[in-house]
Amino acid sequence: MIPTEAIMRKMGGAMDEHGDGQTRRGLLKAAGTIAAGYAAAIVVRPAQATPEQMRAAMRNVVGAAPVRKGRVEIELPALVENGNTVSLVVTVDSPMTAGDYVKTIHVFAEKNPQPNVIGVHLGPRAGRAKISTRIRLADTQTVIAIAEMSDGSFWSAAMDVIVTLPACVETE
Amino acid sequence: MARPLINVPARVKRGQTFEIKTLISHVMETGFRYTATGERIPRDIITSFVATYNKEEIFRAVLYPAIAANPFFSFYTVATESGTIAFEWTGDNGFSATESASIVVE
Repeated sequence: MIPTEAIMRKMGGAMDEHGDGQTRRGLLKAAGTIAAGYAAAIVVRPAQATPEQMRAAMRNVVGAAPVRKGRVEIELPALVENGNTVSLVVTVDSPMTAGDYVKTIHVFAEKNPQPNVIGVHLGPRAGRAKISTRIRLADTQTVIAIAEMSDGSFWSAAMDVIVTLPACVETE
Repeated sequence: MARPLINVPARVKRGQTFEIKTLISHVMETGFRYTATGERIPRDIITSFVATYNKEEIFRAVLYPAIAANPFFSFYTVATESGTIAFEWTGDNGFSATESASIVVE
């Protein structure tokens, strides 16, 4: 939407400057100022996290420990039509007993503005290491889930998702 | 105002693993969006969700802006004793909501 009052004000200013004049120069000057104002208003969006941010987010969870592939399963639609609500299910293969259970599950999306998606804390009381929620995906990307076991080991799974209508990009 | 919806079975057998589902209405404004005039819309999300079974924690989640509006969760727990399962959501701008359900273990 163009704020018409602002334009009128600027034009008014230009007119005063030249006394009686709706001069061409004044008008152009006013138009130029408005255009510059708009250019400044278009701020660079944090469209997606950098690979460094992704690594930092994962390091915060894992530390220096090795992360092995397996034992974790991600369920997401392979083709996402609306990135604003995507059904996510993470299942971890674990007996969930007092001596062997899943402590945490962390999910990351590398091309969201912030790579963290969710961090879940479970315990032996959970009975089954399966969680589901609904997430946002800003782009076609790889979603990664990392599970921390009670013995301190980390297991992960990755899934590629194609997103046709991304979240987070539309304005109000 | 937020109105949580929860789904907990009324009766379960002792030792049985059962599913709990929760849904709460919340915009989950990411803080990454802009208005047409270029102003950033401030973040307004739920940041934490905790479920307790007779005051003992069974599920806790840390939420980020990547959680869709009206956060939904489903998770599992083992039936131990009859009692109360309580849920608490907290978030930005002092957001707080609680809900509870009683459960009978046979």
